[in-house]
Amino acid sequence: MSAITDPDKGGFRPSMLLYDTRYRSMTIQIIALVGFLIAIGWLVSNTAQNLADLGKPLGFSFLWEPAGYDINQRLIEYNSQMTHARASLVGVLNTMLVALLGCITATVIGVLVGVMRLSKNWLVSRLMTIYIEGFRNVPVLLWILITMAIFIEVFPQPRDFRGEDAVASMSLFDSVALTNRGIYIPAPTWFAGSGAVIAVFLASIVGMVFFGKWARKRQEQTGQILPTFWIKLAIFFVPAILAYYILGKPIGLEYPELKGFNFKGGFYMRNSLIALWFALSLYTAAFIAETVRSGIQAVAKGQSEAAAALGLRQGRITSLVVLPQALRVIIPPMISQYLNLTKNSSLAIAVGYMDITGTLGGITLNQTGREMECLMILMAIYLAISLTISTVMNWYNDRVKLQER
Amino acid sequence: MKKSVFLGTLAAASVAAGVAAAGTLDDVKAAGELKCGVSTGLVGFAAADASGKWNGFDVDVCRAVAAAVLGDGSKVKFVPTTGKTRFTALASGEVDMLARNTTWTFSRDVDLKFEFVGVNYYDGQGFMVPKALGVTSAKDLDGATVCIQTGTTTELNLADFFRSNNISYEPVPVETNAETQAQYLAGACDVYTTDASGLAATRATFENPDDHTVLPEIISKEPLGPLVRHGDNQWGDIVRWTLNALITAEELGVTSANVAQMSGAAGGNPEVNRLLGTEGDLGAMLGLDKAWASRAIANAGNYGEIFATNIGEASPIGIARGLNAPWTDGGLIYSPPFR
Repeated sequence: MSAITDPDKGGFRPSMLLYDTRYRSMTIQIIALVGFLIAIGWLVSNTAQNLADLGKPLGFSFLWEPAGYDINQRLIEYNSQMTHARASLVGVLNTMLVALLGCITATVIGVLVGVMRLSKNWLVSRLMTIYIEGFRNVPVLLWILITMAIFIEVFPQPRDFRGEDAVASMSLFDSVALTNRGIYIPAPTWFAGSGAVIAVFLASIVGMVFFGKWARKRQEQTGQILPTFWIKLAIFFVPAILAYYILGKPIGLEYPELKGFNFKGGFYMRNSLIALWFALSLYTAAFIAETVRSGIQAVAKGQSEAAAALGLRQGRITSLVVLPQALRVIIPPMISQYLNLTKNSSLAIAVGYMDITGTLGGITLNQTGREMECLMILMAIYLAISLTISTVMNWYNDRVKLQER
Repeated sequence: MKKSVFLGTLAAASVAAGVAAAGTLDDVKAAGELKCGVSTGLVGFAAADASGKWNGFDVDVCRAVAAAVLGDGSKVKFVPTTGKTRFTALASGEVDMLARNTTWTFSRDVDLKFEFVGVNYYDGQGFMVPKALGVTSAKDLDGATVCIQTGTTTELNLADFFRSNNISYEPVPVETNAETQAQYLAGACDVYTTDASGLAATRATFENPDDHTVLPEIISKEPLGPLVRHGDNQWGDIVRWTLNALITAEELGVTSANVAQMSGAAGGNPEVNRLLGTEGDLGAMLGLDKAWASRAIANAGNYGEIFATNIGEASPIGIARGLNAPWTDGGLIYSPPFR
């Protein structure tokens, strides 16, 4: 004869942690979290203990000792008497240089190839397919090594440029030297008045941006379309060229010249930089091309047909209708391609390019024997670079993505 | 290559203390083979032949230790290491000893926590250039492009040499000897610098060795020797005294040809008797048997024989004994007495 039992108002009992569905999942999560933290703590203390037993307790003071080694490509001042920290910074800059150059070239090549792969021309689209499959399916290390090997074997050594009947000669009106040690190109030299030319050039870039905004506003108000591309081109070049001649050619060119063992003067792009840059760009471009193709194909065919029905020309359909929608699909996977390229640049040591893995993770690690510390810093640096890239790209993605209201 | 650095480091972090605590001798006996770190390929010192068999000056040191400890000089697992990976490989216990043209320096001995057991080759850093360049002295190398193996003392000596002579150069860091050769032969660098012995060995493998010359300057002292980890003194003693046994054997005239007969019965020379275990029991002090040294010598001969077969003047490498002659002939090769 039991009456209906009242709902339990007895408050909280410990057994409810396990048997009450309201608390059970939280209990399990807390236990898992504690277990995870214990495992991490054990790993850390075990490592610290073992390093201490080896007589190598964690310490970062080695970073402020003289490095003692030289680095060939330096974007900032460095010599062998400076610290390991400075050498690492030189390496970081070299990593960022090749990553930046690589991302730009990979994007240009990737977009072109991606569009060409969709071409109705059978030969073009097949060739692009071969390129994409060839590069995507072979490890990038092999591409880096083979680029370097070809570079070294194909181009002449500086010695071949010497003498009356030299085997090799400089290209492009004797201004560029292609050697197996790298490419030497003329560098600008600045005389009095060159600052004014640069100021004019910068001002014309600003003017170009403002003109673009003005032209768009005008188009929205009146419907008239200006030939903005040609006008922008004129704004870009004409004032700077005029200023250059009016001020009496204040910017000259310094040509590379063979002096002693090597060419001197001009910009010197080392074979290791070129091989790494070239291989990383071509490899990543193959992935970007596929991303671009998928982005374009993701835009429904009805969109471009509708635009055509409205009377838009082919170029405008692409730039106004297809690309803005395709970009929304393309950009998120593109971020990870940029991250891949940056991380793959750590293969630089295969061709002797002194990036951060070559300096901090290579010579410094080897000379000081601080494996743990060097690798921890190295990981932190790559993490920081990667997070920066994704932040910037996510910001851009937010700007172009569909604005939902 | 890069992978092994990372793996090695991980291993160093997790395993090292365990390895250092346990006796390496017991580990080697339990495994039935000696893991010996050698170079990735330097003809005359350590290189695998067409059938995969390792030969060379450093290789024979490994084999002698294996013969002393395990009784069989063929029970060696050779682990090729680059200039960069070698120390991590040793510190992590991936190898039991390192015999790889490694220069004995203060910081490696003290700071990297290794034990150099002796010197088996007195070397110095030199420069090789093509004869066509017409260079006769290293001081003429202003502005030259120099190929170096990265992760070596060579790199630091090079920086010091050019800085102290106030001349400029362009370093090209390369990972292995083979890659350096390719760059040097293609003219991607003007100069190849490494230990003079390595230059001689490399030059011997060129198609036209006579087109290349080693400059007279020796810019550093490079005492090369086998090394083990700090902290296992018994194992360090075994490797040290195996090397010393080879050196003493040359001094006392014990060769691979007569070692069997001489260890058969005690002879007239007490030091030979102690070395070969026919008198006293030096082996037991090391934790080995009496015949350890005679097996080490029987494997590839004494120090002089090993030198002659692999890198001596009759071999393709053709290095003169020079500093590496026994002290009785005016060289530096000298072993403490066996007593």
